[in-house]
Amino acid sequence: MTALIPAPTVGSRITRGLGSFVKARETGILLALVLVIVAATVKNPNFLFSSDGFRDLLLTPSILLLVAVGQAIVIITRNVDLSVGSVLGLTAYLTGRLFIDIPGIPVIAVFAIGIIAGGFLGLINGALVAFAKVPALVITLGTLYAYRGINVLWTGSDRINSSDMPASFLALGTQSIMFIPVLTIIAVVVLIIAAWYLRNQRGGRELYAIGSDPAAANLYGLKVTQRLLAAFILCGALAGLAGVLYAARYGTVSSQAGAGYELNAVGAAVIGGVAIFGGSGTVWGAAIGAYLLLTINRALPILGVQDFWQRAVVGALIIGAIVLDRVLALRQAKRLVEARGDLQ
Amino acid sequence: MFGNTRKARVGAFAALAVSVALVATGCAETGDDSGSGDAGSGDANYAITFLPKNLGNAYFDTSDAGGADAIKEFGGTYAEVGPAESGPDAQVSFINTLTQQGVGGIVVSANDPQAICDALNEARDAGTKVVTFDSDTNPECRDLFINQATAEGIAKVEVDLIAEQIGGAGKIAILSSTPNATNQNAWIEIMKTYLASDYPDIELVDTVYGTDDDQASFDKTAALLQTNPDLKGIISPTTVGITAAARYLSTSEFKGKIALTGLGTPNQMRDYVTDGTVTAFALWNPADLGYLAAYAAKALIDGDITGAEGDTFDGGKLGSFTVGENGSVLLGDPFTFDKGNIGDFDF
Repeated sequence: MTALIPAPTVGSRITRGLGSFVKARETGILLALVLVIVAATVKNPNFLFSSDGFRDLLLTPSILLLVAVGQAIVIITRNVDLSVGSVLGLTAYLTGRLFIDIPGIPVIAVFAIGIIAGGFLGLINGALVAFAKVPALVITLGTLYAYRGINVLWTGSDRINSSDMPASFLALGTQSIMFIPVLTIIAVVVLIIAAWYLRNQRGGRELYAIGSDPAAANLYGLKVTQRLLAAFILCGALAGLAGVLYAARYGTVSSQAGAGYELNAVGAAVIGGVAIFGGSGTVWGAAIGAYLLLTINRALPILGVQDFWQRAVVGALIIGAIVLDRVLALRQAKRLVEARGDLQ
Repeated sequence: MFGNTRKARVGAFAALAVSVALVATGCAETGDDSGSGDAGSGDANYAITFLPKNLGNAYFDTSDAGGADAIKEFGGTYAEVGPAESGPDAQVSFINTLTQQGVGGIVVSANDPQAICDALNEARDAGTKVVTFDSDTNPECRDLFINQATAEGIAKVEVDLIAEQIGGAGKIAILSSTPNATNQNAWIEIMKTYLASDYPDIELVDTVYGTDDDQASFDKTAALLQTNPDLKGIISPTTVGITAAARYLSTSEFKGKIALTGLGTPNQMRDYVTDGTVTAFALWNPADLGYLAAYAAKALIDGDITGAEGDTFDGGKLGSFTVGENGSVLLGDPFTFDKGNIGDFDF
């Protein structure tokens, strides 16, 4: 990164900060997001300026944001976790069951159990990937079905209804503090911690190293197995937290809760500039990707785009992001080759 | 039923184990008189067994309890058996066992229209009367089908409810399940026709699809309200859709301002009816459905009817019923749930 340049002055730090902001992959996505919001608001001011509109804008992507942050961390290590939707579904149902089976259980305990349960399911993924050395795509595709199967077996045709959960817990799903929904605050706090860790901490940087070149990371003596396990546990735990919040927000949990989340999460990360082959990208990007993905879904009907076309638009976005990624990578490679030529 | 049907085969082993046990006991009980079913005269065999899609399902618990009430009224023997999980062939072993036991009637909600056909026909050959309810088999595999509601009845009650709630004029929208759901589309078509003929002041502005997914339905409701600021009401003819829409409305600025109705179950809708988000919604009454099915089985066992079109039989407290086309009997208009009666139901 830019850490090689010694002791910058305050002025140069600001210009450089601005420069890297303009150049960052995330900026383009952020611009797209702003564009979508402005377009929808011009067409229908309620999109931003009604109390429901503003709340939903922040609230709707919050759960996906958590899952996407976990997913981004796993993708950065050159793996993928396709089971997050099933983990979310299982913990969402677990949340409802806890309230039914243990009347009066404190909400904080439910959060803790949900996160731990999610982390445990993530640990299974991580252990299979790290020790059995099977590609994560295959393992987590398997656990996607396995976890969902357990969910269906457990839930059957039953479902959790909002009357099964205490009102104070359900209120968390829609409540706001100073106009900012609680769910969004939770998601943003998680995002900031994750972003700080990945950028500034040794463990975080090692995840990038592993993703850039797993073999080299291993030869260099990085604790690859340990880091992979941690990444998967974290991803599972975030999906678990998202499951608890899902129950609070939607108030109804069937055995199919969270189905399809895995693809949204991967989509959000990829759109947000996390390279699918690992080693680059930020959780900020994934978070903005999550907002863009779901905000587009909400904005397109307002802009008069039909239901059926919305998926096509999302698909175009993902392909666009990957093409852009490829173009940038090729240009970078070319520049590096030229730079080497100059040296000789 | 009316939501997603999940076809888990996991319960098959459990079902098999149970049925083996049942076969064993069944043989012991009915060894001698297995041939007497053909006689027809003499003491009528009012042993009627309910076979729901799966056990532990609140909907079928309610319907089968209605059947039990009816059977008690006419002095028969009620029993309920069924698989733990619904699956296309999960009911076959139960039907075979009941046939060997020589029960008078089987009242079944079919998991699959074809898979249990052979087993049911064997039962009928042995003199057992077969009534389907809630979910039919192919017509040639049963004597009667008790139909909970017709498409016309469902569409009409929902339009009437929304019209009443918005005062007969204004813009409404429909929140459906999937764009290719046959029953949903049939209902929506009938609603459009009925709206045009009976409520010209109501305008259907949009139909959106929540794909029977809680989250998608929830988000579609939000989008619907934003896209159409002057919307007066929403009809959601799917239990998942109406619950998600109610959940959204109950925490939004539109609570109590936008009318919501559709098909829902009392347990899912209880909170929203109590807090005033939803005034009334419709569904058939499963207890009545089970009750009528039991009386239909009795009429068949008595030999009063054969299941031919035009046959009439006594439905206990529900009055008299006539067999329609394809041996199906219509329960009646859908049942409307509101604040006053929702406390009486648990399914």
